[in-house]
Amino acid sequence: MATAAPSLPLRPTSSAAPPFRVLPGFNLTLGYTLGYLSLIVLIPLAAVFLKTAELTLAEFWNVVTAPRVVASYKLSFGMSLLAAAINAVFGLMLAWALVRYSFPGKKLIDALVDLPFALPTAVAGISLTALYAKNGWLGQFLEPLGIQVAFKPLGVLVALVFIGLPFVVRTVQPILEDLDTELEEAATSLGAQRWQTFRHVILPIVFPALLTGFALAFARAVGEYGSVIFIAGNIPMVSEITPLMIITKLEQYDYTGATAIATVMLILSFALLLIINGLQAWTAKRTGRDR
Amino acid sequence: MKFSPIRRSLLALVLAPALAAGFVGSAQAQTTLLNVSYDPTRELYQEFNPQFAKHWKSQTGEDVTIKQSHGGAGKQARAVIDGLEADVVTLALAYDIDAIAEKTGKIPTDWQKRLAHNSSPYTSTIVFLVRKGNPKGIKDWGDLVKPGVEVITPNPKTSGGARWNYLAAWGYALKQPGGNEQTAQAFVTQLLKHVPVLDSGARGSTNTFVQRGIGDVLLAWENEAFLSINELGPDKFEIVVPSISILAEPPVTVVDGVAKKRGTEKVAQAYLEYLYSPVGQKLAAKHYYRPVKPEHADPADVARFPKVDLITIEDLGGWQAAQKEHFADGGVFDQIYAR
Repeated sequence: MATAAPSLPLRPTSSAAPPFRVLPGFNLTLGYTLGYLSLIVLIPLAAVFLKTAELTLAEFWNVVTAPRVVASYKLSFGMSLLAAAINAVFGLMLAWALVRYSFPGKKLIDALVDLPFALPTAVAGISLTALYAKNGWLGQFLEPLGIQVAFKPLGVLVALVFIGLPFVVRTVQPILEDLDTELEEAATSLGAQRWQTFRHVILPIVFPALLTGFALAFARAVGEYGSVIFIAGNIPMVSEITPLMIITKLEQYDYTGATAIATVMLILSFALLLIINGLQAWTAKRTGRDR
Repeated sequence: MKFSPIRRSLLALVLAPALAAGFVGSAQAQTTLLNVSYDPTRELYQEFNPQFAKHWKSQTGEDVTIKQSHGGAGKQARAVIDGLEADVVTLALAYDIDAIAEKTGKIPTDWQKRLAHNSSPYTSTIVFLVRKGNPKGIKDWGDLVKPGVEVITPNPKTSGGARWNYLAAWGYALKQPGGNEQTAQAFVTQLLKHVPVLDSGARGSTNTFVQRGIGDVLLAWENEAFLSINELGPDKFEIVVPSISILAEPPVTVVDGVAKKRGTEKVAQAYLEYLYSPVGQKLAAKHYYRPVKPEHADPADVARFPKVDLITIEDLGGWQAAQKEHFADGGVFDQIYAR
């Protein structure tokens, strides 16, 4: 018996053999994915890097570390992170209200959430500026209190919060809809306080989605130009966003300088998104919801 | 030859665009000109184009349709550099056309000598738009740096028009008794400290000043100041003309590379020359540009333009030098803000 065992036909374990798939079409879909991604995303991005490569390393470094440009990174990335964080908190609340409660006009509010997606960004910028300028509806009350929003860095934040809101609400909403109220009831019957239920039952479930929403809102905010440009004031070293620096380079016909700054933005954004994705995978694994 | 249904539909798919292109092609047998211009000339060319078409028809019997494209001067120049087939360009400053010449070779580098008056059939200057009654008592450049005065002007790094504003201020300071490069830089530094918002373009600045109610003075091209007053009513704003300003020359030229290819050289040349004709000059003055031949314009229109002591861009060394000294990265404008 023991000697016969090695001669038994074993299943092929060689890694060279393709794994068996129930559904056909793997190669086709992979081909499409790569082809489509290359055409839509990778080729334009490669063009940015290629154009940048016309600069020597020293020139590149000079362009991307100029004081005005560095000040703009701080403003753009700082305000984008802050805006995404604000949206994460209030977007979660909004999604919760939309999922858990029914009230008159709920459908309308649900539709309103998507409006920042649909509105041309320049329109958003002009309306926000009109609202927050010192003669605007809100600005006339804020200005006497010493709070200036329009044409200050705070205005940038307001615009970025506006355009980022739908990302958080729309990523968190489906998760909340799937969340059984039984879970909360069970937690309560086991003696959990409301805060404990939120902290230990609800938050771990929605956290990965919340992070996705945060990442999307952040990514959108970093690249935003249209809505911000009207409300920012655009004073060098104070309220210039990085996309404006790129436009400034283009206005001087400095294409390589523009792509150099774009390259830095791409790398920084990509690194931050990688970190957020990693964080998301880690929390998902930790809470046993590995997908 | 027989086609299977699939073959036939494929054939139709391939042929349909080709046929459509054929139709469009035949429709375009008539001559068209594309005039790539900047923002505030829209109304001028809307009125000028049909006049020229009529003139061309009576001269040659040919029909010509002129298409206009308007936008920020820098953006428009970049569109031409990137391949927009403009037969003629009519932009805000020579520097933008220089850029087209340099980057594409479609325009010879000495283009500005090809037509009279530096190829600028109409000019303008920089004036102040103030609120009605001039509450801050602004009369000249020196008043702009008084405490409590806020000045609105676009960013000269992103707006061609704003470079004229900046250079006008620079020129004023140079012309003061004892004026030199240092005092000019000191004056412009002072002036920029009074600017709370630097919009990316002239239209944005006008909006900030007029709609948002920010600032006491808007630095603007004379023609745009007139347009603003026209649109918003003379009961809200008035124009103050400073003692010294700059001669703003928005030049025009044929894009030879494109016109040669499209066979429109003659009509493009005639189009630009017609701007210098009595008809063109009259229309320019009507649309608030200062005509280079005021004798052809309506005297009532010309009377709107007060006499100003004008410095020219040549006094400041020409566009290439001015750009390099003031607006290039690390130039005077950057130094002022680098603190």
